[in-house]
Amino acid sequence: MSISAQRRRSSLAQFAHSFRQDRTGMTGLVILAIFIATAILAPILIPDEALDVTKAGGGRFESPSFSYPLGTDEVGRSILLMLAWGTRISLTVGLAATLISMVIGTTFGIMAGHFRGVGSQALVGVTDWFLVIPFLPLAIVLATVLGPSTLNLIIVIGITSWAGTARLIRAQTLSIEGRPYLERSKALGAGNWYQMSRHVLPNVFPLVLANTTLTVAIVILSETTLSFLGLGDPGAPSWGALLDRAFSSGAVSRGAWWYVLPPGICVVLVVLAFTLVGRAMERIVDPRRAS
Amino acid sequence: MLRAFITLAFVVIFNFFLFRMLPGDPIGLYARGRNQDPEQLVELRRALNKPLLEQFLTYLRNPFDSTIDSTRFSRPVWEMIGERLWPTLLLLGTAILLASIIGIWIGIRAGWKPGGRFDRISTGSTLILYSMPEFWLGMMLLIVFAAGAFGIPGMFPVGGISTPGVDTSSPMGWLNVLWHLVLPCTTLVLIYLADYALVMRSSLIDERKQEYLTLARAKGLRDAMVRKRHAVPNALLPTVTLIFLSLGFVVTGAITVETVFSWPGLGLLTYEALRGPDIPLLQAIFLMFSIAVIVANLIAELLYVVFDPRVRS
Repeated sequence: MSISAQRRRSSLAQFAHSFRQDRTGMTGLVILAIFIATAILAPILIPDEALDVTKAGGGRFESPSFSYPLGTDEVGRSILLMLAWGTRISLTVGLAATLISMVIGTTFGIMAGHFRGVGSQALVGVTDWFLVIPFLPLAIVLATVLGPSTLNLIIVIGITSWAGTARLIRAQTLSIEGRPYLERSKALGAGNWYQMSRHVLPNVFPLVLANTTLTVAIVILSETTLSFLGLGDPGAPSWGALLDRAFSSGAVSRGAWWYVLPPGICVVLVVLAFTLVGRAMERIVDPRRAS
Repeated sequence: MLRAFITLAFVVIFNFFLFRMLPGDPIGLYARGRNQDPEQLVELRRALNKPLLEQFLTYLRNPFDSTIDSTRFSRPVWEMIGERLWPTLLLLGTAILLASIIGIWIGIRAGWKPGGRFDRISTGSTLILYSMPEFWLGMMLLIVFAAGAFGIPGMFPVGGISTPGVDTSSPMGWLNVLWHLVLPCTTLVLIYLADYALVMRSSLIDERKQEYLTLARAKGLRDAMVRKRHAVPNALLPTVTLIFLSLGFVVTGAITVETVFSWPGLGLLTYEALRGPDIPLLQAIFLMFSIAVIVANLIAELLYVVFDPRVRS
């Protein structure tokens, strides 16, 4: 085993050890594990007809009972089962959009920090532009132009939420750029790509991971908001889409709390869990930033 | 200053080209189901069939002059935005004012004794509020306080800005508006104050490490005095600028919360526009929100320069 692989393994073990010591971080991790298990097992546990409008078994807006623990919706489907399916969609959209956002953010951040001159200034300019433009109006406009579908929702959220990451990664890249090992590598004739991929990226990577976890939280909130406004796939019952249907079917004025309360609780729990895990990771990776 | 102008220019250009990418026939959409003078339609079609560059130059001459009226309301879009501005200003103004007062107060109490009981409880609750979709909180407040669930009588109206038929210019009308304002405003205050309290807390914790506080204590000042006279004024600066910087976030809350409470402001107008979709209206709203946020950011930057001498050098 090479020295660098050995070092990487030992630092990973150290990270796992410190994370286990962090009580709030572990709480978040346990909550996440439960939701991820629900998302994976949903197709096995839930029969297809549970989501089919034509085969709904219950009455309209039934309050919670033994056969429908969370009551029924406006066409008589079990809210509990729809909620479990929603976990799958909300988490998928959240993770996929975060991946897009992280790839764009990290690429822009490293390039803006590594290069000098007009190109770098242009990258910083684009990043600033995305930071300033209000998220929801921009997302609404993009989603309207692209049309409502789950894939478009992922793309819209991905390209509207990377700017914060890019700024953070750029700052970190700038501090790494001044280190002696990069100077050595430049003196030995390393190209730009080699420097960025072999020296800068591995060094900013822990921070990228911590930031990713925090971004997932924001992205899931964004997904809920956009789906609530009807900008997602109307057929996919994500948590936001459930709230949209509850709202437009009049569940609020009927006082049907069992339709509105559970999706929101799920969003709060998942967002909180990602935030707790992300903050715990940040505390371990970069103790200066955590105060 | 220059940066704000460049950002503004980008918004204006982006606004033009993005909506030109839309597939479909905007004129057909506009004329559907209404008696429209055919000659006027030909005129409109000619305007939109001009070369893109020429259209762009016409647009640049006056970005606020849309060639087409709102497709849904058949009225000039900027006139509608002007009408809807006041309810939004009332709602957001009240919410931001209350949220900053309460948020800063919580932040001071929590940040002065970090790790204490108040800090643990308030930081925990602000984190939960921070993770909450604002429109969901609004819906829950409606169910509990307006819809009569859980045996609580409906104390507040389910939506709107005033009861139909009430003259809003009379003192009774104001009270009626105030009564309608309670729930949407509470929702927004709870969501916004989380952000303000977290920032006030962390900037006060940063100030606590500064040497001038040790000096103030060495002079024999009481703890409350050290806090009020020395630490808080310095810690306020990041929080006050944040209130301006967070306008983009404020706008998000306005759109969804106004929708939930059918508050007839710009947020509800956005929702109505995107349900169409009413492209000319959406375009104008996007331009308006972006300009508002850019101006607020500029104000935040200027405030920093005015109040923090360290930035000036």
